[in-house]
Amino acid sequence: MSMPFYVAPEQIMKDRADYARKGIARGRALVAVRFISGIALVAENPSNTLRKISEIYDRIAFAGVGKYNEFDQLRVAGVRAADLKGFQYSRDDVDARSLANNYAQILGQIFTHEMKPMEVEILVAEVGVTPDGDQLFHILYDGTVVDEISFSVLGGDAEAISARMDTAEGASQSLEAAVKAATTALSGPDRTLAATDLEVAVLSRLNGRRCFKRLSDDAVAAALSS
Amino acid sequence: MSMPLFPIGSDPGSSFPELLKRVGLAPSLDGVGELAVPHATTCVALRFADGVVMAGDRRATSGNLISHRGMEKVVQADQHSGVAIAGAAGPAMEMIKLFQLQLEHYEKVEGSALSLEGKANQLSMMVRSNLPAAMQGMVVVPIFAGFDLLRSNGRLFTYDVTGGRYEEHDYVATGSGMLHAGTVIKIGWRDGLDRDAAVALACRGLWEAADADSATGGVDALRGIYPVVATITSDGWSRLDDAELSNVFESIISEVRTR
Repeated sequence: MSMPFYVAPEQIMKDRADYARKGIARGRALVAVRFISGIALVAENPSNTLRKISEIYDRIAFAGVGKYNEFDQLRVAGVRAADLKGFQYSRDDVDARSLANNYAQILGQIFTHEMKPMEVEILVAEVGVTPDGDQLFHILYDGTVVDEISFSVLGGDAEAISARMDTAEGASQSLEAAVKAATTALSGPDRTLAATDLEVAVLSRLNGRRCFKRLSDDAVAAALSS
Repeated sequence: MSMPLFPIGSDPGSSFPELLKRVGLAPSLDGVGELAVPHATTCVALRFADGVVMAGDRRATSGNLISHRGMEKVVQADQHSGVAIAGAAGPAMEMIKLFQLQLEHYEKVEGSALSLEGKANQLSMMVRSNLPAAMQGMVVVPIFAGFDLLRSNGRLFTYDVTGGRYEEHDYVATGSGMLHAGTVIKIGWRDGLDRDAAVALACRGLWEAADADSATGGVDALRGIYPVVATITSDGWSRLDDAELSNVFESIISEVRTR
């Protein structure tokens, strides 16, 4: 009878984490940043159809980096959970925190119990009625939840991008300034990103019930050249 | 609430009613028996040059009593469409809520909105699934109207209790006052009406229905309750404010006085 080799649990977890991190690092990064009337989400994404950023509910947006099919599955589950909760209780009862906790549960469960961890990093953003209510929940492949204050960077090279983020103006900056800061941080010193290389959406308090809105390439180009 | 995840074979896709069934939350009215529930009454919709106008009175009746004076039977379904309902108010409101959710749910899951035809078919299925309740007197007959972005024109759909869907070309009326309102609009309707003329015609239809049908509410100037009137054009849904409606009805009243 053959015995399987003993592998220390620390080693198993480390291998899985390395595997997930490598998968995520292959993809392009995404930045979410607060501005005066909400939250701007800027992703490096040349595709015009396969989205990284999308709407979950009235005030909540989802963003994912890593493996597309995996974060898209999480996105759809989030839309379902939110719509069900809104149907069962009321629209006001749907919040980003409980959604983020649900995501953390799923990702944590898969990380420890499945063969393969999910190679994704996701962000659940909620725009408040006032700026104090804005929330950014950054959820990692192993279910770790981080509650970020003014901006959040997802994906490969996140540390370098975070270091480049210009936070001088903080949450009182204009949308144009926020998009520009995020784009500059994403591109780094050696290259420039055009509007067509980006996917940009906002959650804005000024948009009525459904706060989520995508920005067209023209609007992004205008913001970048302002 | 845990997050709904489904195995590949039993995934509800972009359908919200299917999702409700999977998680055991589907509304059911089976076996309620004959009930005296509030009924909603007259709604009309007509096509004009830039799209459609929808209008509905605000009264709900329970037998011979007025059970509600401010009910809104014409509601926005999504950016480019609206529903008007006549019939048992409870199931109708539930149906509208579910319909609005379904359109939004589809849009979010799929990343693009349903076509107007798709929305009309979706509503047809919902009316059809209400048939067991309709057999017990809980009849719901909606009008669906919207702006078709693919064809660039306004379109109207009417339904019967079995979910039968009929596209109307010019105008449509439903509810207890449908004969009166429908006749007024039938006589006044012309191809290519402008917005103001179409709004005035819809209001005139409601006025005559309220005048002759006890279950249809008229303008309640005392409480400041006006019918719900909305236009749907390529720019989307837009509800008329009370100030504009007050002017429209003012001119109807002055015209009636001269007779």
